[in-house]
Amino acid sequence: MKDKPLQIGNYTFKSRLFVGTGKYETFQLMADALEASGTEVVTVAVRRVNLSGEGESLLDYIDRDKYTLLPNTAGCYTADEAIRTAFMAREAGISDLIKLEVLGDKISLLPDLEATLEATRVLVKENFTVLVYTSDDPITACKLEDLGAAAVMPLGSPIGSGQGILNPINIKLILQNVKAPIVVDAGVGTASDVAIAMELGAEGVLLNTGIALADDPVRMASAMKHGCIAGREAYLAGRIAKKEFGSASSPTNGIATS
Amino acid sequence: MTITITLNGEQKDLSTTLTVRELVEHLEIKSQAMAVEVNRKIIRKEEFDTVNVGDGDRVEIVTFVGGG
Repeated sequence: MKDKPLQIGNYTFKSRLFVGTGKYETFQLMADALEASGTEVVTVAVRRVNLSGEGESLLDYIDRDKYTLLPNTAGCYTADEAIRTAFMAREAGISDLIKLEVLGDKISLLPDLEATLEATRVLVKENFTVLVYTSDDPITACKLEDLGAAAVMPLGSPIGSGQGILNPINIKLILQNVKAPIVVDAGVGTASDVAIAMELGAEGVLLNTGIALADDPVRMASAMKHGCIAGREAYLAGRIAKKEFGSASSPTNGIATS
Repeated sequence: MTITITLNGEQKDLSTTLTVRELVEHLEIKSQAMAVEVNRKIIRKEEFDTVNVGDGDRVEIVTFVGGG
């Protein structure tokens, strides 16, 4: 059945799963997992080049005709660092897409919302298509939309924690109040977490660790793909309301033994 | 005359002033995607032949690595 594609800024994607490229044991395993996930958007980080000239490059394993690169500002703890990283990413990647991520501390990895808002304001003015990683705070999500974020990406739970969607009520509130696409980013541990996010009405899900550190990353990538599709279909289909008591599925009259 | 630059946070001696393109070639960087900053200013690829790297300059060369 038809579904409209996901639209973020001037970009459209058929797959609603965004997949990270970090933490895989080998580049080949990553490439196989990306293929199995059906993703069209892969996140990458910006780091100093290896000057020894040794070792393979990540990009040797990513077909750029098939995948859109979404560079992140991971590892940045101030708005200035994130903005500087975004400019370097744009120059390296020849694309205006950026996953903005400004973290508050190295233990929780939770976002610094004040710095995130400030960096969003600057990067939108500089004509980036800004996908903003944020907490699940509905008020901040609205502010990010007002600043021109192309997508608002609330966390399900802390980065790499695998705790799933800890506060579905906040995600629902964000979905009600923000018109920009909502992509649930971070904390996804398994396929049902993706399905839950999509059933709530999220436009997409971004994950990395849940696939990369699974016992069988390729198989988990396939599971995440199907979780995403199942959740989206269930959302579009419209679930039944929850009832307090049972409701028989078979006719209650015409029973032969009555 | 030897010059010293700071390249990706580390001191590096060069025999002479180089353009950005010459520096990148000298370092044998074969990355498909990279960005160069000289003294915190992004150097566009069109500027690689015209911007020089000289004594005391701080150069950053970055690329994409795995990340989430």
